[in-house]
Amino acid sequence: MSLQPRTYTVTRADLVAYAEASGDHNPIHQDDEVARSVGLPGVIAHGMYTMALAARAVADWFPGAEVVSLGCKFTAPVVVPVEGGIDVEVAGEAKDPVDGLTTIALTVTCEGQKVLGMPKAVVRAR
Amino acid sequence: MDQSLVGRAFPPTAPYAVTEDNVRAFAEATGASYDGGPAPATFPIVLAFGAMNAFLEAEQLDLYRIVHGEQRFAYERPVVPGDVLTATLSVASLRQIAGNDIIGTTSQITDADGALVCSTSATLVHRGPES
Repeated sequence: MSLQPRTYTVTRADLVAYAEASGDHNPIHQDDEVARSVGLPGVIAHGMYTMALAARAVADWFPGAEVVSLGCKFTAPVVVPVEGGIDVEVAGEAKDPVDGLTTIALTVTCEGQKVLGMPKAVVRAR
Repeated sequence: MDQSLVGRAFPPTAPYAVTEDNVRAFAEATGASYDGGPAPATFPIVLAFGAMNAFLEAEQLDLYRIVHGEQRFAYERPVVPGDVLTATLSVASLRQIAGNDIIGTTSQITDADGALVCSTSATLVHRGPES
């Protein structure tokens, strides 16, 4: 079953708020100069920020369902501009439940490019 | 970094009390709302990240050279406000590719009773000076 894709906009201000809330103050998520010094194109979103968006979509699709597992690789950076924001789209395909567990194969893209590798969630549907 | 790190467990992080306020701040930072109840699925990263920071300090690695390669969570139960959690990080693997260290870590997140809440694994890419 295809799930209705969700689009979320990420801004630099979001990354500042996320750094505070998560404790991840890696400057590559705040400072273009530092990001470029380690070979990145500029400030990138925390991988965990993008993964949180994937989890947010899962929570939207399966309200109140317990998440049993969640995982992904971080395959391409989400580069966040100084002004405005960048859109991240989360699409999902839910498999038929097995023993009460539903596996969701996710596709997370930014500007048409996949940014997470094999993102997958398993939920216990209520 | 040398292979003797593999298999090493680092000391548990200081107990972290989960409150509605810090769960709400975490949810709202990613645009979600929070009205109480279980924390968002990626919330345990707060614990795992604390353990990772302690590991980086112990190994004298710079955070800004770290890029996240992979992250997995397996949950025994959701995290809820009122939980007092600690994370214990172990180094699972270490390899070098193109001047970068690829560090595989696992963190066990346990509650005040010592019961496992979530096990996480993370691959950290430590970029070498030439990369």
